[in-house]
Amino acid sequence: MSNRSIRATPTAWFIWAAVVFFFVNLAGVVGSVLVSSFGQKWFDTWVPSGFTTQWYGDAWREFGLLQVISVTLLASGLVVALSVLVGAPAAYVLARQNFPGKRLVYLTFLLPILMPPITYGIPLATVLYKFGFAGHLSGVVLANLVPSVPFVILTMTPFIEQVDPRIESAARMLGANTRAVFLKILAPLLVPGLLASAILVLVRTVGMFELTFLTAGPDSQTLVVALYYSMSAAGIRAQQSVDAMAVMYTAMMLVLLVVALRFVNPTQLVARVKEEPPE
Amino acid sequence: MTATASWHHRLAERGVDRRLWLLLPATIFVLLLFVYPFLYGLSLSFQPLNGGGLLANYEKFFGDAYQRDTIVTTLKIALPAALLNVLAAVPIAFRMRGRFRGKRLLTTLLVVPITLGTVLTAQGLLNYLGPTGWFNRVLLSLHLIEDPVRLTNNYWGVFFSLVITGFPFAFLLVLSYLSGIDPTLERAAATLGASRAQRFRRITLPLLAPGLATTFLLTFVLAFSVFPSAVLVGNPAGSTRVISLAAYQAAYEQYDYAYASAIAMIMGAVELVVVVIVLLWRSRLYTGSTGGKG
Amino acid sequence: MRQFDRLRLEGVGRRFGAADALIGLDLSIERGEFIALLGPSGCGKSTALNCLAGLLPLTAGAIWQDDRRIDTLPPERRGFGMVFQNYALFPHLTVRDNIAFGLRMRRLPKDEVRRRTAAAIEMVRLDEHASKLPGQLSGGQQQRVAIARATVLEPSLVLMDEPLSNLDAKLRLEMRTEIRRLHQSLGLTTVYVTHDQEEALSMADRLVVMRAGRVQQIGTPEEVHTKPSTWHVADFMGYRNLLTLKADSVTGSQVTVPLAGTTLTGTAQGVVAAGDEVVAAVRPEDLKLGGEGLKGLVEVVEYQGREHAVEVVLDDGTRVHVRTEQRVDPGAQVALGVSPGRLLVYPS
Repeated sequence: MSNRSIRATPTAWFIWAAVVFFFVNLAGVVGSVLVSSFGQKWFDTWVPSGFTTQWYGDAWREFGLLQVISVTLLASGLVVALSVLVGAPAAYVLARQNFPGKRLVYLTFLLPILMPPITYGIPLATVLYKFGFAGHLSGVVLANLVPSVPFVILTMTPFIEQVDPRIESAARMLGANTRAVFLKILAPLLVPGLLASAILVLVRTVGMFELTFLTAGPDSQTLVVALYYSMSAAGIRAQQSVDAMAVMYTAMMLVLLVVALRFVNPTQLVARVKEEPPE
Repeated sequence: MTATASWHHRLAERGVDRRLWLLLPATIFVLLLFVYPFLYGLSLSFQPLNGGGLLANYEKFFGDAYQRDTIVTTLKIALPAALLNVLAAVPIAFRMRGRFRGKRLLTTLLVVPITLGTVLTAQGLLNYLGPTGWFNRVLLSLHLIEDPVRLTNNYWGVFFSLVITGFPFAFLLVLSYLSGIDPTLERAAATLGASRAQRFRRITLPLLAPGLATTFLLTFVLAFSVFPSAVLVGNPAGSTRVISLAAYQAAYEQYDYAYASAIAMIMGAVELVVVVIVLLWRSRLYTGSTGGKG
Repeated sequence: MRQFDRLRLEGVGRRFGAADALIGLDLSIERGEFIALLGPSGCGKSTALNCLAGLLPLTAGAIWQDDRRIDTLPPERRGFGMVFQNYALFPHLTVRDNIAFGLRMRRLPKDEVRRRTAAAIEMVRLDEHASKLPGQLSGGQQQRVAIARATVLEPSLVLMDEPLSNLDAKLRLEMRTEIRRLHQSLGLTTVYVTHDQEEALSMADRLVVMRAGRVQQIGTPEEVHTKPSTWHVADFMGYRNLLTLKADSVTGSQVTVPLAGTTLTGTAQGVVAAGDEVVAAVRPEDLKLGGEGLKGLVEVVEYQGREHAVEVVLDDGTRVHVRTEQRVDPGAQVALGVSPGRLLVYPS
């Protein structure tokens, strides 16, 4: 099978060429930011005239990155914890039980993922401002929960479906009440699923721009929002220090990604579909 | 006793039991943070800030060509981008299903742009595709072009940003749908005399089509909500003035939340129209088991 | 564990939406009995077991344990033990922890947990494997863990849901004996679900034969084996020859039916009148080669160890199955007779 797929037919060459072209350009996009962030002056040449690390220090001070990064981590951590706490029990019921109105409930949980964040983000921000949540961390956390909880539900459901319900029945027959079934049987068996959904929510929250952008105040910006502001105010700061900040953001995402990929498959980052186990 | 018991019996028949309480936190959450704001926004959109009839905000939007055209602008960016991403993903994913060395590395590399998000991609595109960026330099030094091609701060900048983040997303989804199709089906077709092209057209494609519809939808939703890249690498006053930008400006530059909500509702409605059309088409396809083990 | 003298199921039923999985099950179980629920797949036997366990709420009827109504209690408060079809061992716990789980749930003192767990492990002869995880055990060993886990609590009732169906033929025979031995030595009361009639006949004190959600017959293995109450039960109990015929005459319980140019006499099971359409049932081993009456042509012969399974086409085209120790060849003309009293005639 595998020989056939790599056999060098003209179509195969064409397809591989397209993939290589995509990656070359991707490398160019990421690489140009990286090179620029270390460059001294870079006008109309292949590479900057000299290299320096001063932009990182500048960016760190000018943009108050220590605060921004700690806000990012705090907000994301809270979103992860809350969305798993709220989402996992719901995923359990939706995976295990049929009840009247299940389809409606399921659809309502799915909608926040299917709608563009701006659509519900603007009314949501308005409501959060009305009740005084927006403009600080609590608003950012609440807004980011909206797509995260459904995401936890979607990611956890297949993991829960994999646990044989008879194992739960067996525990009940041995005298375990609901709490004990959850703590002693389900929780240990669902550790991979919990880890996967937590990591995925973390990656998505750190990278989530729109909702954070709409609800954050000056003290509650996450890294990606701070990056956006510094870019759209281009000209005020040196281009290179914006690049340095972008590189720090990239590095943070890549670290998360490397951690994530220890627990999940690349496909799971975009969908609930799991790749097949090796035969 | 009998009354309680028969009440128990009726609930049991419908599958209602105490475990349903576990749904409560998530339900409250979705009602408070999603359904309520949405309805609030909807009702707000009928209460225009500057007076006027119920539909004044909507009339204002559709009466102003500068605003109205954002719908077309958005669709003109989102539909081709989503379509290209899905169509390009199919042959590549078809090649790369099955196991080969480096597959994990390849899929990992593809995840990178998804996690980077649109803001960083925009920054990179500005550097890379700009008039003095590497891309133009290569073309110039190969003498393929005389003057730098303008690829940023216009339609193409936004389009490329959507391809860079959207294509890997579409590819990974299509790949997972493809690996859910039992390969023995194609082998069976081969023993019945179907050529490679026939096998793809008659067996694989019909089984893959619902997955493609879903992929298209999800990619479209991503592209439709394009916002940061439209501002940063696009031309936010002209060719890439997308509808989310119009909504944002109404809310945060004119502080007219009612008008902003109306635009958000229009945005949601336009998106839902596309979603419903695709779903209707999808519902006419075979959507049962694809014989895979997933 | 709180013992009972009698467990009564009164009109127990379970609906799933519009489908009835179990209808009006009445059954009384005495302490110490071994009861088998028997029937083809989808007959409602597992539903009945799950209702009894409390894993599935009833949609009709009640369950009484002596004078206490228990069908509204959750499973963990009924104090029954259960062995599942695929064993349902906790994959993340060792054999020892699996067996100790129920004792720990009851918050028994550590010493007692250790002592009783060790005794149970010894009883099912798994001493060497006590520290392994279930995934490292063979099917038979997993089965024994499941039984030890259910019985270590000394439950008032043990429920077994096709516990042997995942084992190979040889192991299945061994485990049959083992389960029956444990039932006797521990003085258990057991309800055992199976679709294997041979298993049910050999293990149970009483059989409950079910079909399409309803009880067809309750009786000792002998009663069910020799006098199935309906032709459905007969079909399930190995009466492979079921012939739809018209009753000629009826005298008392004797019915005569015409078949392939001759008449046979059978025993009426239920109300049969002359001229009625009836189902005549006879086991392959109760048709004797070389008898007199029926004549036919041997079509297929299967060698089955000591015996042959022979398919004979009678003169009128009816096919019948015969078991015989005699050797016959396809194409041979044979005569067949029915063992006296072994032709059962049911109203159709």
